[in-house]
Amino acid sequence: MRGTLYNAVFAAGITLVLTCLMLGVQLNAEGTALTVQGADAERWIWIIAGIALVFFVQLFSPQIDAFFGRMPKPNLAALKPEESKWRVIKPWAFSALIVGMLIWPFMVSRGAVDLATLTLIYIMLGLGLNIVVGLAGLLDLGYVAFYAVGAYTYALLSEYFGLSFWVCLPIAAMLAAFFGFILGFPVLRLRGDYLAIVTLGFGEIIRILLNNWTDLTGGPNGISGIEKPTLFGLEFSRRVSEGSQSFHEFFGIDYDSSQKVIFLYLIAVVLVLIVLYLINRLMRMPIGRAWEALREDEIACRSLGLNRTVIKLSAFTLGASTAGFAGCFFAARQGFISPESFIFIESAIILAIVVLGGMGSQVGVICAAIVMTILPELAREFSEYRMLMFGLLMVLMMRWRPQGLVPMKRPHLELKQQ
Amino acid sequence: MSQLLLDVNELTMRFGGLLAVNEVNLKVKNRQIVSIIGPNGAGKTTVFNCLSGFYIPTDGSILFRGEQLAGLKDFQISRKGLVRTFQHVRLFKRMTVIENMLVAQHRHLNTNLLSGMLKTPGYKRLEQEAMDRAIYWLEEVDLLEHANREAGYLAYGQQRKLEIARCMVTQPELLMLDEPAAGLNPKETKELDELIIRLRDEHEISVLLIEHDMGLVMGISDHIYVIAQGTPLADGSPMDVKENPDVIKAYLGES
Amino acid sequence: MTEASLYFLQQIINGLTIGSTYALIAIGYTMVYGIIGMINFAHGEIYMIGSYVAFIVITGLLGMGMVALPVVLFIALVVAMVVASSYGWAIERVAYRPLRGSNRLIALISAIGMSIFLQNYVVLAQGSRDVAMPPLVSGSLVEFGSLETFQVTISWMQLLIWVVTLISMTVLTLFISRSRMGRACRACAEDIGMTNLLGIDTNRIIAMTFVIGAALAAVAGLLLGLYYGVVNPFIGFIAGLKAFTAAVLGGIGSIPGAMLGGLILGVTEALTAAYFPSEYKDVVAFSLLVLILLFRPTGILGKPEVEKV
Repeated sequence: MRGTLYNAVFAAGITLVLTCLMLGVQLNAEGTALTVQGADAERWIWIIAGIALVFFVQLFSPQIDAFFGRMPKPNLAALKPEESKWRVIKPWAFSALIVGMLIWPFMVSRGAVDLATLTLIYIMLGLGLNIVVGLAGLLDLGYVAFYAVGAYTYALLSEYFGLSFWVCLPIAAMLAAFFGFILGFPVLRLRGDYLAIVTLGFGEIIRILLNNWTDLTGGPNGISGIEKPTLFGLEFSRRVSEGSQSFHEFFGIDYDSSQKVIFLYLIAVVLVLIVLYLINRLMRMPIGRAWEALREDEIACRSLGLNRTVIKLSAFTLGASTAGFAGCFFAARQGFISPESFIFIESAIILAIVVLGGMGSQVGVICAAIVMTILPELAREFSEYRMLMFGLLMVLMMRWRPQGLVPMKRPHLELKQQ
Repeated sequence: MSQLLLDVNELTMRFGGLLAVNEVNLKVKNRQIVSIIGPNGAGKTTVFNCLSGFYIPTDGSILFRGEQLAGLKDFQISRKGLVRTFQHVRLFKRMTVIENMLVAQHRHLNTNLLSGMLKTPGYKRLEQEAMDRAIYWLEEVDLLEHANREAGYLAYGQQRKLEIARCMVTQPELLMLDEPAAGLNPKETKELDELIIRLRDEHEISVLLIEHDMGLVMGISDHIYVIAQGTPLADGSPMDVKENPDVIKAYLGES
Repeated sequence: MTEASLYFLQQIINGLTIGSTYALIAIGYTMVYGIIGMINFAHGEIYMIGSYVAFIVITGLLGMGMVALPVVLFIALVVAMVVASSYGWAIERVAYRPLRGSNRLIALISAIGMSIFLQNYVVLAQGSRDVAMPPLVSGSLVEFGSLETFQVTISWMQLLIWVVTLISMTVLTLFISRSRMGRACRACAEDIGMTNLLGIDTNRIIAMTFVIGAALAAVAGLLLGLYYGVVNPFIGFIAGLKAFTAAVLGGIGSIPGAMLGGLILGVTEALTAAYFPSEYKDVVAFSLLVLILLFRPTGILGKPEVEKV
């Protein structure tokens, strides 16, 4: 007991040291002078509460651990119905889901649809990074660079060559894949954490280049006035540019700004479905098996004749092309892009989505993306604390549930008995 | 005279100041079982690592069917027909037995992404062939009934057999086994014995093995090399080696 | 001396100044990596916190009427070191120790989370805007060259940085090589399992490593805070990345390597900023990082690792 008491006091003391100056005293700039000022009472209450919390948690830590140990761990996968029933239900469930997703936007507000579109973008990014991190086990901290490549590709091609969104989509994906290849080729033989830092470095280099190559990219001001996607040439605006027709004129209905929003949403849904299909196919192909094998035991793979560089490169390139896809759409939706959208924090957010969702699990990634995007909207008052909570969540998740919300269950290849 | 499958001359491996392998010579002919024995720490696994390309040897030549292997990377060497197992079983534990067998055939499959997406006939044919080969070898080692089980759940002896089957499915010419009998009970050792002989006689490959189990070694080897402290000590037929005084001294010490 | 060579000399001087502070921060990365093989992603934030605490103490003491600048700076240094060390200790205890033994990816993600947490913690605590302090140590010591060509100056601030970093590194080196604790640190870096079996409390040694690294980062925080005159919650990210580059450049795990790497990086950066558009200065650091990891991951003073099978 004495040991625990000592720990508790020590921990509380440390907490006091940590907070008394950083939280308890505030630096204020008054004109050009700098002053310090004690924090207000509310802050001090928080500080004291924090110290007390630390003290009591440490004091009762064995009891607390026991309590949490007895609590059943949340297992979202357990919600799934049993295997044989699931096989029957599955096609119906998916069809219902898809139909629902297509009908839903017509029944809710513009804002909700817009939020859903943003979520879909993050789902796409999460699925793409999932290939790299979750399936192939490569930690990429510079993923946002490929996102940027896709976005700027569309912006520049549309501005200088007038290419349409649909033409630019595959180009953006391929260009991002190309960058992925160039970056990946020298870098993928590095060890895990070094790989992470190098990719982080690359991401930053790309961002700085985008920020400073003003002639090409517009520098910090970015590129604006990016064309929105059209439906077979029909534009979704109130007044159209010369030579083209507008959507509402063509169908003889009134103009409604939500048409554009819903159209973008539907495009996003289609893109996500395409990505999902591709990834599922990949996982059942030799390359998918090779990724998993490489993640499990690289040395065994090498001894069986598998060229790990090529295999890792394929994951890296595919992940990059998905980001390029998403970036192109992002630019089209926003109409305006700047290097500010492609900072490291975005890479960290997407990584968190993959990690929290359960590395490798697509369902998990989708759930995590939805939570990450929607929760901050719901808890508007806490938006200041959003990033703080996010960081804390990452630390806590790693400690208590590193496999993520929905741990991956790989589709095993089954040998059918004759 | 049958041409040498593997011709190793003055293989040397140095780690900084440590001379782990000192001018080792090895010759393996077609359809031969050759064993490497020696006290622990003698550098035998290091020799394997040099042959398989895991290490780049400091010096020496490794000729495989007349082609120089020294300096090539490990995956390049395996593709030429020289595969190995490891002292500690290296299976893909969370993948099923059959998947382990399929991953090993990765380069025989159509890895072209477009073909896979579209499920072209060529792609499907290669998948089927790989599956057939996998089934064949699983039957050979009597593991077919476990095809859909996760490899990590197999018993140790079964894992060892799977590792060998996985190597065989890559259609090698030389199979290198690193202490394959370690941890096996007598019955399993006898099965291993018979399997290795079958590999030589029916499947016409050569086997190079590192082993401590003298019964196994003496019983099946066509030729034995003895290595102590990285240096070749003796070589010859099992009879010769058994009675060689230097070998006895290395194992039992001075009397 | 020609104008060009005087200009060049100035860049070298500037580079060595900044470089020695990078070295201080880099030591934290290299010591932690050497002992538990993980990158302490949150180390940059500790430097940032050290800077903030230094600012707070200095402003507070000056506001209270204390005039003797050396005393003020000294107190600020001590307090910053204490607070930063506490953060270092707490971070290890909370985010890293429970994950000891898990795979590297998980530890790295936890570290990233910690880094984000600390950044935003400071944003909430002190605001996200720049906090500027009027220059306290001004004037220059040495000036040569002439007014017609170019004047090379070594400012008092630069001299202060050199002296303080030199003292810090000397103290650290003596500690590591002479003291019992230092010996234990070295033993842990060599083979932590064995050291544990020999009865040394490796947990305490690891905690101490974090504490020492944090203290040195705080020193850098004070010095750079005074040098630039500005802090904000985001300086830790870039500084951390650069310091990590320095650590890798010199050979990760090697303390002399971190010192050497820091100086080289500082000089390279200064020369780049002088002869090329200065926005690309950061690109140099990152490119250097990428290049080293590609071509010589063990760095200048590091030993190549041999994989065993």
